[in-house]
Amino acid sequence: MGSEMINRRSTLKSLALGAVSILAIAVASTLPAQAENKELKIGFVGVTSGPAAAWGTSNVRSMQTRADWLNETGGVKIGEDTYKITIVTFDDQKDPKRAIAGMEKMAQEGIHFVVGPNVDDGAAAVRPVAESKGIIYFPYAFPKSLYVAPASNAILGMVANYQSGPAIYKYLKENKGVKKVAFIAANESDPISQRDSGVAAAKELGLEVVAETDTYQNDTRDFTPVLTPIVQLKPDLLVLSGVAPANAPLLIRAARELGYEGLISAETAQDATVLQEGAGELANGFISVGGASTPEIRTPLMEEFIERYTKKFGEYNDESNTKVYALEYIIETLKANPKAIDNVEEFKKTIDSFSAPNPYAKDSTLKYVGSTSFGQKRQLSVPMVVTEFENGTFKTLFVGEVD
Amino acid sequence: MEQVIANGLYLGAQYALIALGLTLIFALMNVLNFAHGQMYVLGGFVTYSIYGQLKLPFVVALVCSGVTLAVVGALMEKFLFRPVIQRSKREESTMLLAAATAFFLDAIILLLFGEKQRGVPKIISGVFISDRVILPYDRIVVGVVAILMIAAFMLYMQYSKPGRAMRALAQDRIAAQLMGVKVERYSMIGFALGAMLAGVVGGLLVTITGVNSGIGGPISIKAFLMVMIGGAGVVAGAIAGGFILGMMESVGLTVLREYGDVTYLAIFALLMIFLSIRPNGLMGKPWG
Repeated sequence: MGSEMINRRSTLKSLALGAVSILAIAVASTLPAQAENKELKIGFVGVTSGPAAAWGTSNVRSMQTRADWLNETGGVKIGEDTYKITIVTFDDQKDPKRAIAGMEKMAQEGIHFVVGPNVDDGAAAVRPVAESKGIIYFPYAFPKSLYVAPASNAILGMVANYQSGPAIYKYLKENKGVKKVAFIAANESDPISQRDSGVAAAKELGLEVVAETDTYQNDTRDFTPVLTPIVQLKPDLLVLSGVAPANAPLLIRAARELGYEGLISAETAQDATVLQEGAGELANGFISVGGASTPEIRTPLMEEFIERYTKKFGEYNDESNTKVYALEYIIETLKANPKAIDNVEEFKKTIDSFSAPNPYAKDSTLKYVGSTSFGQKRQLSVPMVVTEFENGTFKTLFVGEVD
Repeated sequence: MEQVIANGLYLGAQYALIALGLTLIFALMNVLNFAHGQMYVLGGFVTYSIYGQLKLPFVVALVCSGVTLAVVGALMEKFLFRPVIQRSKREESTMLLAAATAFFLDAIILLLFGEKQRGVPKIISGVFISDRVILPYDRIVVGVVAILMIAAFMLYMQYSKPGRAMRALAQDRIAAQLMGVKVERYSMIGFALGAMLAGVVGGLLVTITGVNSGIGGPISIKAFLMVMIGGAGVVAGAIAGGFILGMMESVGLTVLREYGDVTYLAIFALLMIFLSIRPNGLMGKPWG
């Protein structure tokens, strides 16, 4: 009886010890795993459906491609911890009300860094939410009020047209003899504000502006009637202000088929495949702006990014040459100041002194700019690569930089 | 001015063809097909895939666009609209269903074909240039094909047995049934024909305007405008509406250009005045 008791007790003790050991091993094994698998959520609020879907989709796909790549190679080390990057996306359908809802969702998920929105009214609409919830956001929208103090949470993700436009017009005036310019824009706030600043820049350079009020509905499918009166004015340069990638080939084709022989340009990023399919050789000579658009300025890392993007989504989008940067800036800035990971004030402090090598473009640096345009550094420094389309690819015309 | 008229006629032929399918479905089933633009887009993408990607002849691609959409239309009628019409007495049920199918097709098309604008090689190169008119040959070809298709459609509706049956259905559904017209069969044929027209015109115009997954909604709105001008459910009215809208757009964009983008503002204002005077459009009947 006594020995049975001892046996039962020792058996129970052994079982208990075994259970505790297993639990301890399990806990011990999960602890380092948890440390390695910390999650850094980065948000996206922008347009991924409807006629402007290409703008936001190139953002999301760039972010997803880069995040997968970083996760695959072990994650991102920020301070003492290593993070897995998770991209949380929200389609605002180009509707400011939905953009606000998207930003609220990001705040609820505890996200402090959001890429987007893609258009002016969406970017303006989300400002109160971003500022009250402690979110730094990277719009692809140009209104200066978003970036000038007292605003401080928005950081422009690309080169604004009022920065690239004057450089392009000056180049074309000096090198291609442009004297007469015509502007045309979609009847929406972004393109119209871009057109107005383009007109002002052209006039300042002493160019004659022969058309400055012409607009079209963004859902126009055939631009022949829209362009007929403009082509008759015989400008040397036709500027497609804020043109969506979907409309650019249609406008180019209609202008050329109406007999227009002058130059055509845009200050927004375009996609080479879309231009080739939609306008073919008629698009040759078309001038636009990209981020790391041309093979001669790309680094091997950029080539690999394009390869991975193409493998993941079946086809590359040249707009991603610009859109690839936002996520990189967020991560590199957090690496420079790990305290900023959940404190946007720390992030803002780091902006002024931040500098890192540009992994995507040769002889270039990642740094925040915008002092000249906004009075504070609230813009990503993205190479301003002015390109000329020729037979399906972009060729570098000149490379500029924003201060 | 000749250029403006040429632009207007060409746009009108395009628009008329877009509106035909919409008005046919409305006439036969009293269904406002909000998914008409999405059907157009799907037709465009079928042609893009077959002609642009697989490099098969354009005619083959166009036929495939028509057949694909005819099948989609027939299935939609049989499995979606027919049960709803049978079970619900409220007309708005079919409208809600049509809106839902439009959103569904939008999402499917975006998923299948992506977000990018797509285009195909021109079916014919070159531009006709005279002292007064400049018109690319492919636009001339598309305009002529559109007019031929409109004529063929009208002849089919006028003289073929299914055409007569569908017209009888459009005039009085119950009387047609009493006269032995198989309502379900011809409703399905009518819906398939309407969808096929949307697909064919989408395939035809992809050679000029390209296609992208987001343009379905705007195309539907334009088609509704034409139907409102011409009169809902009247084939001749849709054609008239298409040509009137095309001409108004072309003239407005030239005459009003110095006042900014007021052409569509003027068109909408005129449409409101017109509908307040003739609520049934140019050729519509008060009884449907």
